[in-house]
Amino acid sequence: MSLAFDLALCAFILGAAALAVAGRNLFGSVVFYIVYGVLIALAWLSLGAVDVALAEAAIGAGVTGVLLIGAWQGMKEAGALEDSQAPPWPVRLWAALGAALTGGLVITAIIALPGQDGLTRTVADEQGALALGNPVTAVLLGFRAYDTLLETLVLSAALAAVWSLSPERVWGGIPGPKHVSRPDGVMASFGRLLPPLGLLVGVYLVWAGADQPGGAFQAGTVLAAVWILIVLSGLRDEPRVSSLPLRAVIIAGPAVFLGAGLAGALAGQALGYPPGYARTAILIIEYALTVSIAATLALLIAGPARRLS
Amino acid sequence: MSPGELLITALLALGVFFYAAGTVGLIRFPDTHSRLHALTKADNLGLGFIVLAAGLHWGDAWIAGKLALIWLLALFAAGMAAQLVARAALKPEPRE
Amino acid sequence: MADLFMLAALGVLISMAGALWRAWRGPGRADRMMSAQLIGAGGVGLAVLIAAAREEPAILDVALVLALLAAFAALAFVKTVTVQGAGDPESEEDPAP
Repeated sequence: MSLAFDLALCAFILGAAALAVAGRNLFGSVVFYIVYGVLIALAWLSLGAVDVALAEAAIGAGVTGVLLIGAWQGMKEAGALEDSQAPPWPVRLWAALGAALTGGLVITAIIALPGQDGLTRTVADEQGALALGNPVTAVLLGFRAYDTLLETLVLSAALAAVWSLSPERVWGGIPGPKHVSRPDGVMASFGRLLPPLGLLVGVYLVWAGADQPGGAFQAGTVLAAVWILIVLSGLRDEPRVSSLPLRAVIIAGPAVFLGAGLAGALAGQALGYPPGYARTAILIIEYALTVSIAATLALLIAGPARRLS
Repeated sequence: MSPGELLITALLALGVFFYAAGTVGLIRFPDTHSRLHALTKADNLGLGFIVLAAGLHWGDAWIAGKLALIWLLALFAAGMAAQLVARAALKPEPRE
Repeated sequence: MADLFMLAALGVLISMAGALWRAWRGPGRADRMMSAQLIGAGGVGLAVLIAAAREEPAILDVALVLALLAAFAALAFVKTVTVQGAGDPESEEDPAP
């Protein structure tokens, strides 16, 4: 029965992907992409990768939808929807070649994967040293910590790049339009009702991440979604991007991570943890990263500064 | 099959039935607002039955609490979305 | 029992196929958005069913996140009918651009 479900899910994913690419209606493509995110999260679930499923559910089904619909809105206002025509055939040829090359590389990588277990056993053997129950967290913040450190730095750098697109006259200003909602209307009520629950789920995910699926990225994405909801429903405005406390929050996670890595380097091994304190150190890094990832993702969705007040 | 299993089977069947009913409504109803009302009500009823079946199957109070929270969140989301999408659909939509 | 939950999951998944059709046909953007809502609600149900079939409570957290964020895309969508996407479709007048 599981096999039948998996096959049907595969057919669905391929169908949603094909419809997202083939559609003439841009808004329809956005909808298919959101649907695709939900289906991919289910596929990760079915494969037993609950950590990835959590991240995909938060990113694909939640935040990406807001981002893409915002982009569609921007294109509509710029008049880019009316004069959209099919790209010339050399562009299509290059796109097809690029897609084929990427697909080929992915297939080669999958075929080259080591046997059934991969590194599962090695991780399980070494995991005890970090005193963590969740092997994914052990890999992300222990065995391959430099990957995760660089990823968090990439996020911060991406935000700096987005901010650098702000026009000069609103430099350091507030991103996005000023959102309003009817006082005590459905939107405002929803914006007040959901954030406490979202906060609870976010804190729960990072707390759970040490020993079961969850972690900083999943929790940070949920918290970012809460932030976006509060802004969209007009309850609070975005902060000025020049705000010093805001910038401190954004770099807090990478700074704590980097600090721990440097301390390890002074003690003998970069990004190593002192024996017996690995779990404590990793948890401090995780919590700091959660706050920074939440702020960074929310501001990435908000985009460059657009007004001064 | 024990009475408990029979009950779970019946709840699952009801859940799938209401999901299917929501989809049939989304396909068959003539205009946006009727479709909206089929979708947001039937689907969450289906989810409610599925959540009940899962809770009975597990028989654990904490998990039952989490399942109840999942259903409540889905209800909030559907209620908000139904109200606001209905408003949004009232505005005439210029062709793209 | 696990097979029964997966059978129900297959049933929910198949019922979601109709939503893809509606998302393709439209005609309005609200119709397309509703299809995404339906698949989001189906996803929550599927996650609960898979969790019950495998008796793995951690999978319920995915259902929790999906349910929490189920309305986000719809919220962003309803704002697009207002000026600059900044208003509330329930307000009588839109804010000045």
